[in-house]
Amino acid sequence: MFKILKKTQLAPQVFYYLLHAPDIAKKALPGQFVIIRLDETGERIPITISDFDPIDGTLTFYVQAVGKTSLEMSLMHAGDFILDVVGPLGNSSQIDLFGTVALVGGGFGIAAIHPIARALTQAGNKTISILGARTEELVILEKEMRTASTDVHVVTDDGSHGAIGLVTDILQILIDKKEPINRVIAIGPLIMMKAVADLTRPHKIPTFLSMNPIMIDGTGMCGACRVTVNGEMKFACVDGPEFDGHAVDFEGLLNRLKTYIPEETEAKEKYLKDTAGKCRIAEVSQIYG
Amino acid sequence: MAKNEKSKQRYIAPRTRAPEQNPEERSKNFQEVSLGYTPAMAQLEASRCVQCKKPKCVIGCPVRVAIPDFLEQVAKGDFLEAARIVKESNALPAVTGRVCPQEDQCEKHCVIGIKGEPLAIGKLERFVADYEHLHQEVNTIETAPPTGKKIAIIGAGPAGLAAASDLAKLGHEVVIFEALHKPGGVLFYGIPEFRLPKEILEAELDYLKRLGIEIKVNYVIGKIKTLDDLMGEDGFNAIFIGTGAGLPYFLDIPGENLNGVYSANEFLTRINLMHAWEFPVFDTPIHHHKIFAVIGGGNTALDAARTALRLPTTEKVMLIYRRSREELPARLEEVEHAEAEGIEFHYLESPTEIKGANGWVSKIVCQKMELGEPDGSGRKHPRPVENSAFSIKTDAVIIALGSGVNPLIAKSASDLQTDSHGHIELADPDINLTSRPGVFAGGDIVTGAATVISAMGAGKKAAQGIHHYVMKVKKTLI
Repeated sequence: MFKILKKTQLAPQVFYYLLHAPDIAKKALPGQFVIIRLDETGERIPITISDFDPIDGTLTFYVQAVGKTSLEMSLMHAGDFILDVVGPLGNSSQIDLFGTVALVGGGFGIAAIHPIARALTQAGNKTISILGARTEELVILEKEMRTASTDVHVVTDDGSHGAIGLVTDILQILIDKKEPINRVIAIGPLIMMKAVADLTRPHKIPTFLSMNPIMIDGTGMCGACRVTVNGEMKFACVDGPEFDGHAVDFEGLLNRLKTYIPEETEAKEKYLKDTAGKCRIAEVSQIYG
Repeated sequence: MAKNEKSKQRYIAPRTRAPEQNPEERSKNFQEVSLGYTPAMAQLEASRCVQCKKPKCVIGCPVRVAIPDFLEQVAKGDFLEAARIVKESNALPAVTGRVCPQEDQCEKHCVIGIKGEPLAIGKLERFVADYEHLHQEVNTIETAPPTGKKIAIIGAGPAGLAAASDLAKLGHEVVIFEALHKPGGVLFYGIPEFRLPKEILEAELDYLKRLGIEIKVNYVIGKIKTLDDLMGEDGFNAIFIGTGAGLPYFLDIPGENLNGVYSANEFLTRINLMHAWEFPVFDTPIHHHKIFAVIGGGNTALDAARTALRLPTTEKVMLIYRRSREELPARLEEVEHAEAEGIEFHYLESPTEIKGANGWVSKIVCQKMELGEPDGSGRKHPRPVENSAFSIKTDAVIIALGSGVNPLIAKSASDLQTDSHGHIELADPDINLTSRPGVFAGGDIVTGAATVISAMGAGKKAAQGIHHYVMKVKKTLI
């Protein structure tokens, strides 16, 4: 059992969690993830570790409430317990002195890119972070990213905050300005990551993307998280989650991500129906409890 | 009563059949296929044992259960004593009684089997274990006085559980680290409910906990802790690695990334560990397919095929195997069960491509095979028949071709020697010691994918090695 120490809402669908998990916090590194299962009937879902404190024994992560499990998590509070948390899983991001590194975070992906930006800055790199989102309130962790990076560019689809446009527009400007980018790391929606890879490919800038395919065990056992890289089958959980963006088969991955859309929708709708009354009960017990 | 072996000419009674759920009914549910013996049936069957002076059945058993001794007690009707005898050498009799390939082990060597049908040793082992679970309070567990030694076991599968049980009985403090959220390894995620009910497994695990063994779930050793951490700050005196063969093999043919293609591990894990057949009560889904093609011929392939058959929307399940029925590596009992349930067996066929429509599997292209000379595995080598390609309509493909080694531990411990396939190499195979002092290994992580009972045998051998190792260390220090 793992206790939630803090939970706050950052954006309409984005929640912050501070979790007590001392053994995992001791070993976690930027780029790694955990798999959680909320309760006995729960599914196992991977969540990127956004921060870790080996001394306090805590993990920080962010969850976007879009499916049944994440909605359920959005209704949990400080003091509640998560049944299973296993990790740290996956390989950590490569942290070396590369020179200049561009870090692209799309929406909720900003949470995942934050610890990588911080570690790369600490390693002596010039880090240029590009934060993109649909609209202002979805630009999360801007303050933290400003502390963690050398430079920060913000861009929104509607121009409500920062520049108007897409993360690739900013990256294109940097490349045009002959900014000597030695490496790009992008985390966000698959479409965004693909666009980043397509942009950097002709410039031959090494580009790494964090893949988030369907996963069950997270230790290489089930093979559900297979991704084709350079024509070879890789498992995101043990070979990734970061892969060379210029070698990933995006079409295959996009297709595989659609596998359970009907079931996910069914589970979510059932959950929303079932909890129509329960949410209020949760609030009442908060007040009196 | 057991008879003496003098009467060589005597009539050999037929083997007592255990009742089964009828195929029609069982192919629609997840309840156990074999219903097991009643006490009277067990006594009748056990009384067929002639109590050989040099029992060959015991030699055929990887964990050396004292078979004639327990059969004698069953024949007498002292089932709890029989269970006690079995448990002296076998920590999981309710499991092995169900999943062991007895026909290739103990029962193969039974002398009654020369003239008649061998004793149903497996069914009897299962009976006594189940009987004991039903009368739980009875058998007290004797363990040696505490030695003060701490042993870490990595992986709560058959090898780890067998090692843990023997070490706990010897008085050591034993902690098992399991990567998944439930202990049991393949017994939990791999073998389906209708062959090994989870309730039975839980009862066996309870017995291990009563021996004082601690099981820590959600611990991926190699990630959360290294071997150095375990031997260093955690203070373990020795380690046993029994992490099994975890990485599923795929076919390496076009179309394997289509939706509707599963490794047998994924398919079975969704069902067995995550209860996907009870979606949406349980959160993990499995897609509702109508036709399944399972590739492979081992026990896992049959488990996957028979599990697929039991899902509510399934209309047809095919099993595609590149050799013939004779070479099927699966247990005959399972093959017969599958045939009775209506699995369609396609022999001498091998897939070359999976075709899709809209991102989902639509058919599988196969070629005909013929058998040539025996190959390295001793089985006739299959070779393709020219221009024999044809395609079969299917919605889902389950690939059950075995598993490779999970690299997580070896990756985190450079001083652990492995072979070119990643199997851990033993520096001393007699005691299952690895290249690293104090670290032992056994089961599929050493041998590659094999059986539950052979993994248990390796765990037991390693337990002896560990016992001598930790006790000798103490001596040299004084």
